[in-house]
Amino acid sequence: MTERVRRWGALYHAEHYLLVARAFLWTVLLNAIGTPLLYMVAMGVGLGSLLDAKGTTVDGVSYLVFVAPAIMVATSAQSAFGENTYTVMAGFKWQRTYYGPAATPMDPSQIAWGHQIGIAIRYLFQASMFWVIMVLFDAAPSVWSFLAIPVTVLTALAMGAPMQAYAATLDSEGAQFTTIQRFVVMPMFLFAGTFFALSSMPIYLQWIGWISPMWHGSQLARWASYGLAEPWWLRVVHVVYLAGLFLLGGTLAARTYRRRLWS
Amino acid sequence: MSTAPVIQARDLRKKYGDFTAVDGISFDVMPGESFGLLGPNGAGKSTTMRMIGGTLARSGGQLTINGLDPEENGPAVRAHLGVIPQQDNLDEDLRVRENLIMYGRYFGLTRSHLKEKSQELLEFAQLTEKADERVRELSGGMKRRLTIARGLVNDPKILLLDEPTTGLDPQARHTLWDRLFRLKEQGVTLIVTTHFMDEAEQLCDRLIVVDKGSIMAEGSPAQLIREYSTREVLELRFGSSRNEAVVDQLEQLAERIEVLPDRVLLYTADGEATLEKVTQAGLQPVTSLVRRSSLEDVFLRLTGRTLID
Amino acid sequence: MSTVPRPLRGLYSGNLAAVLERGWIAIKTQNWVIIISGFVEPVLYLLAMGLGVGALVGDVAGPGGKPISYAAYIAPALLATSAMNGALYDSTTNVFFKLNFAKLYQAMLQTALGPMDVALGEIVLALLRGLLYAIAFMILIAGLGLATSWWAILMIPAALLIAFGFASIGMGITSFIKNFQGLDIITFVMLPMFLFSATLYPIEVFPAAIQWFIKAMPLWHGVEMMRHLSVGHITGATLGHMAYFVAMSLAGMVMTTLRLRKLFLR
Repeated sequence: MTERVRRWGALYHAEHYLLVARAFLWTVLLNAIGTPLLYMVAMGVGLGSLLDAKGTTVDGVSYLVFVAPAIMVATSAQSAFGENTYTVMAGFKWQRTYYGPAATPMDPSQIAWGHQIGIAIRYLFQASMFWVIMVLFDAAPSVWSFLAIPVTVLTALAMGAPMQAYAATLDSEGAQFTTIQRFVVMPMFLFAGTFFALSSMPIYLQWIGWISPMWHGSQLARWASYGLAEPWWLRVVHVVYLAGLFLLGGTLAARTYRRRLWS
Repeated sequence: MSTAPVIQARDLRKKYGDFTAVDGISFDVMPGESFGLLGPNGAGKSTTMRMIGGTLARSGGQLTINGLDPEENGPAVRAHLGVIPQQDNLDEDLRVRENLIMYGRYFGLTRSHLKEKSQELLEFAQLTEKADERVRELSGGMKRRLTIARGLVNDPKILLLDEPTTGLDPQARHTLWDRLFRLKEQGVTLIVTTHFMDEAEQLCDRLIVVDKGSIMAEGSPAQLIREYSTREVLELRFGSSRNEAVVDQLEQLAERIEVLPDRVLLYTADGEATLEKVTQAGLQPVTSLVRRSSLEDVFLRLTGRTLID
Repeated sequence: MSTVPRPLRGLYSGNLAAVLERGWIAIKTQNWVIIISGFVEPVLYLLAMGLGVGALVGDVAGPGGKPISYAAYIAPALLATSAMNGALYDSTTNVFFKLNFAKLYQAMLQTALGPMDVALGEIVLALLRGLLYAIAFMILIAGLGLATSWWAILMIPAALLIAFGFASIGMGITSFIKNFQGLDIITFVMLPMFLFSATLYPIEVFPAAIQWFIKAMPLWHGVEMMRHLSVGHITGATLGHMAYFVAMSLAGMVMTTLRLRKLFLR
C-alpha cells in the first residue's frame, strides 16, 4: 500500500485537484471556452475584418489565422496564474488542504507535481475545446494544427510552475499576487506578439516577448497551425526554454513543499 | 419607581427563509439595569442583539430603544449605544489607536476629544504600548480587549455585550467584569448575552433564559434558581456503564434527578445529607461532589439539555 | 440630524466625512503598488496595441470620419474602459469583501452611521481614485500627442460620469450577490463589453443586429463620448451619450437606495 502511494502519490493529488475543480465546473467552463472564444471573435473576426477590408495580411495569412493559435496559447497561459497563486495559498493557508495528504505516506513533492498534473489535464481540455473552435472558424489550415494542443499545455505549465514555486514560499498574501498579475502576466500577454508580430515592436520592448513563455509557445503553435517560417534552431530554443522553465519551476516548488509540509 | 423602560421588545421575530431564529420574544429593560440573555449557541441571542442595534431588519413584532424604533431611526438610536459583537470586527487596515479614533469619528465626535478619549481607552484595555501596532499583529485576547474598549468610545448609555468574555483568560474576565460593574454604577444599562452561567450570575440583575428563539424563564439569578432548582446539587459518578443502573434507587433519595452521560445530578436541599443516604443505601459512587445550584441547573431543568454541548 | 427627511432617517446620518476619512487613512497605509497598478493596465494596452496593432491597421476613421492614428483611436476608449473596470471593482468585489470577510461595514453600522453614509462614502472614494487615474492617463496621452483638442480636458469629468454610472449600478447589483461565483459573472460581463464596444475597432464590422445590441450597452456610450471629446467632435450624439450615463447614474442611485437594507442590514 505504502509502496503504491510512493509511486503514484502525485496522481492521487491530481485526482483530488480534478474533484475539487468539478465543483466550480461553470467557472472552469466559462474560462476554458468563453474567454478564448470572446478574444477570437473580437480580435480575429472583429479586428480581422478591418484588416481584411484593407487587404492587410500578417505572415502571409489572414489576421484570424494569425491570432487564433496565439490566443489559444495565451489564454491558457493566463489561466495558469490563478491556478498557481490563489490555489496554492489555499492549500497552505486558507483551507490547508495540503496538510491532510502530507500526514500520509505521500511525499510533499508529490503534492507539488500532482498539482501540475491536475492542471495539465485542465489545460489539455481547454486547448482541445479551443482547437475544435479554431477548426470550425476555419482558422487552422494545416493538418498538423492539432499539435498546437500539446504546445499550449507545455506553455501553460512553463508559465505556471515558477509561479507555484514562488507562491509556495509566501506565508500570507499581501499585494504579491496582484503585483504579479499586473506587472508580469499582463505585460507578458500584451507584448508577447499575440495580436501582432513581435518584430513590429520597437527593439527596446521586444525583450518582454523573448522572456515571455507565451511568445515561445505562440510561435510554436503558429508553426503547427499554419506553418510559420522560422529557423530550426529557434524552434529548438522555444521548446528548450518552455521545458526548462517548467522543470526548474516544478523542482523548486517540490523542494519548497517538502520544506514547508515536513517542518 | 415608574421610569419608562429603555428597551421594550414585544413579540420580536426573525426568520431566515424557513428557519425561525427568534420566535416571538418580549421583554423590558429598565434604565441602569443589567439584563442578560442566557442560552446555548444558536438560541437567537446574537440575532436579538443585532435587531436592537438596528443592523438587522426584524420579521415581526415591536421594538423601541429610548422610545425610538431602531429600524426607522438607526443612526439616532445607535448614537447612544455601545456594541461589542460576538466576533471581533476590528478594522484590520488601521492601527490600534486609529481603530479607536476612527470608530469615534463614525459617531461624529471631534478629533481633539478622541485624542484624549483614545488614550483613556487604551489604558482601560491595557494596550497603551501597542497603540501604534497594526491590529493583525495583536493576540486574540488583545483584540477582544480592543473591541470592548472601542464600544465605549461614545460613552454609551446602553452597552450591548454579545458573549463579551469569550476568548479571554480567567484573569482578564474578572478584570472586565469589574469594569462593567463600575460602568453599571455610573448608570449605564448593560445588555449581556452569554452561555456562561457564572458570567450571567456575576453580571445580571435580571435575565431571560432563551432556547430555540423563545423565552423559557425570566427573573433574577437567585429567583430562577429558587424557582427551578433546589438549594444544593449532589453530583455522582458511578462509571458510565453503571449510571443508568442506579437511577431507580437514587430517585427516591432526592427531589429530582438528572442523568447525564457522564454523571448523575441529585437535586436536594442538603447535599451532604443526601450523600450520606446514598452510601447508606449501599451505593458506592466513584466520585461525589456537593455544590450550590447554578443557572446551569435551571437551564437543564427547563430544556433537558446542558448549556455547553 | 433632524434635517434628514423621514424615510431616510434610518439610513443616513449625514456623516459621509468620517467614511472618507477612514478611506484616506486606509489608502495611506495600503500597499502603493496596488494603487499604481490600477493605472498601469490601460497604459500597457495603449502601448502594446497602439504600437503593435497600430502598425498593422494604420490610420482609422475617427469621429466624423476624419482619419486618426490607431493609438489616438483606442486611447479614449481605454480611458472609458478603465473608468468602468475601476468603478465596478470598487462597488462589487471590494464591497462584497468588506461586507462578508473584513466585516468592516458591520463595525461601521454598529455606530451612528447609516448604510447610506457607507454606500455614498464608498462611491465617492471610488470616484476619487478614478479621478486620479483619469488625470494621470490624460497627461500621458497628451504627452504622446494623442489628444488633439482642448475639449479633451473634458475627458476627465467624463471619466467620472462613467465611473459614477457603473459604481451606482454595481453597488445595487452587489446586494443580490451571495457568493464569489456571483462575482465571477460580473467579470464575464465586463470582458465582452471591453472587447466589443468599439474599443479596439469600429463596430461597423458586425451585422446590424449585433451593432444595435452593442449600442444598448453602457460602455459603447462611454467609449463614443470619450472619443468625441478627444478630437473635439461635439455633436448631438455626444450629448446623447452623456444623457445615457446621467440616466444610468440616476437609475443606479434609485436601485442602490432601495436595496440598501438588503445590502447592509442582513
